[in-house]
Amino acid sequence: MFKTFSRSFFPAAWLGWQIESNWTDPFLFLAFSIAKPIASVLILVFMYNAVSQAGPDSPIYSYIYLGNAFYIYVTEVMAGASFSILDDRERYRSLKYIYIAPVSIPIYLFGRAVARFTTGTIAVVITLVAGVLFFGVPFNPLGVDWPMFFAALALGIVCLAFMGIIIGSWTLIIRTEPWFVGEATAAALYLFSGAVFPLSILPVWLQPVGFLLPMTYWLELIRRALLGPGAAAFPTLSAFSNAELFGILMLIAVGFGIVAFVAYRYFDRRAREEGMIDAQSNF
Amino acid sequence: MSTLITTRPPDRGWRLFVRTIVARAYPRVIGQQREKAWIFFETFLPFLATVGYIYVYRAIQAPEDYIGFVVMGGAMTAFWLNVIWAMASQLYWEKESGNLALYIMAPNSLMAILLGMALGGMLATCLRALVITVLGTLLFGISFAVSSYFQLFAVFVLTMAALYGLGMLLASLFLLWGREAWQIATALQEPVYFISGFYFPVKSFGFAVALAASVLPLTLGMDAMRQLVFASGPSLGFLSVEVEIAILSVLAVVFIAAAKFWLDFMERKAIEEGTLTDRRR
Repeated sequence: MFKTFSRSFFPAAWLGWQIESNWTDPFLFLAFSIAKPIASVLILVFMYNAVSQAGPDSPIYSYIYLGNAFYIYVTEVMAGASFSILDDRERYRSLKYIYIAPVSIPIYLFGRAVARFTTGTIAVVITLVAGVLFFGVPFNPLGVDWPMFFAALALGIVCLAFMGIIIGSWTLIIRTEPWFVGEATAAALYLFSGAVFPLSILPVWLQPVGFLLPMTYWLELIRRALLGPGAAAFPTLSAFSNAELFGILMLIAVGFGIVAFVAYRYFDRRAREEGMIDAQSNF
Repeated sequence: MSTLITTRPPDRGWRLFVRTIVARAYPRVIGQQREKAWIFFETFLPFLATVGYIYVYRAIQAPEDYIGFVVMGGAMTAFWLNVIWAMASQLYWEKESGNLALYIMAPNSLMAILLGMALGGMLATCLRALVITVLGTLLFGISFAVSSYFQLFAVFVLTMAALYGLGMLLASLFLLWGREAWQIATALQEPVYFISGFYFPVKSFGFAVALAASVLPLTLGMDAMRQLVFASGPSLGFLSVEVEIAILSVLAVVFIAAAKFWLDFMERKAIEEGTLTDRRR
């Protein structure tokens, strides 16, 4: 069991890191790693500045900035697993070899997600530093509840990795133009997770979708850990204590873990039956 | 019994150009019909992402026209993505899959092949733009105040001409790159959404930055369309619509001419050195 884990997870994480980073020199890699997240946060900063006169002291500003910064993990980890399947199947055409190797594919995908987590962390840190230095995000490192922050971060990442395995498994059976599945799903969940606006802004009938998503509780915990009392300006989840939010997030993580297991079994069987392991969709 | 063999003379000139476009668009259009899942991923999910930006404006109590700006920006992302993924990075992909050598050996124009690829992907592009525009308009009650349909049509056509010219130019440059082509294509998404002001008026940058951003056709194209379509558009515009039309005309000519020059250069280089089809580069 451990042997399978170690020969699936560690090489996958290392391979993922090499694929992500060794195509260029470290400086260019860093520049490309931050271009996308910095641009997406700048879009929101300029949207805010074009309209609002309140400036960066308004609670909604830090809400938007932090939510967007940490949502980078959703795109990287969740969409990354789906991307790993496509990278291996269509670009490097190595998925068939990985399939016949004595490794566990879900653990292999976990490993690839860890590589994306690493590149995501670089982007998140740079986005946060830029926020503090250039965009007036109120952040005091001494006021941060670091244990709570790291606990929430770890739990959220595990949950995102499970979601990534679900989408990655699904990607296995998609034949036509599957490149945007992961990113499109992450972008769509941006709407429901309260990442850049409080859920109470959504129509009442759409809000339950947000309450089913782990990102909603995860981002709330992250904001509470980083901003302290400043995070309580929005009433959506104010009725929940930190322990309750952790409990809910844990339950959702377990739920997604079970769904990921079932989804992988189902889509893997279908992919084998339909000859999709070595398929190519580029036409 | 005699057998009559009729041979059709090979096409030349514009006939070959058009037939190449159709031939390259065909497999892409037919391929999309074989599995309809793309409709969900490429229309509905991007619409939800656009709605996310709409609710950001709602959260900061922006004027209603800004909601319209987001819908227009969301619709235009479809064209930019089509240019980047279905045109600019395609010759790189063809090199990867081994087709590029065949394209260069064939007696047709690389520009026609690129146009065929883009047109083949246009079904998804137009559907995505249409869904975002129609659903956004209906669900969020966006009101339009079109001041000139003629200018609006001219701006759209010129923007598309310049944009696809830029796409062809990028396609030739993408041939020079190896694995980094993918990273560059990815890096040309959000940064371009930001620089071109997809979700906010480009005037917010200030004159100098907005002028520099105008080298991308979508910057001026969207700014002009916003001025022509929304009541508050003219007050938030960067330059006058007439000036923007003139600059877009220049951009269209420059990008198409540059694309022709570079694609010809790449084709020559491929023949002389035999290296452009080498996947190890």
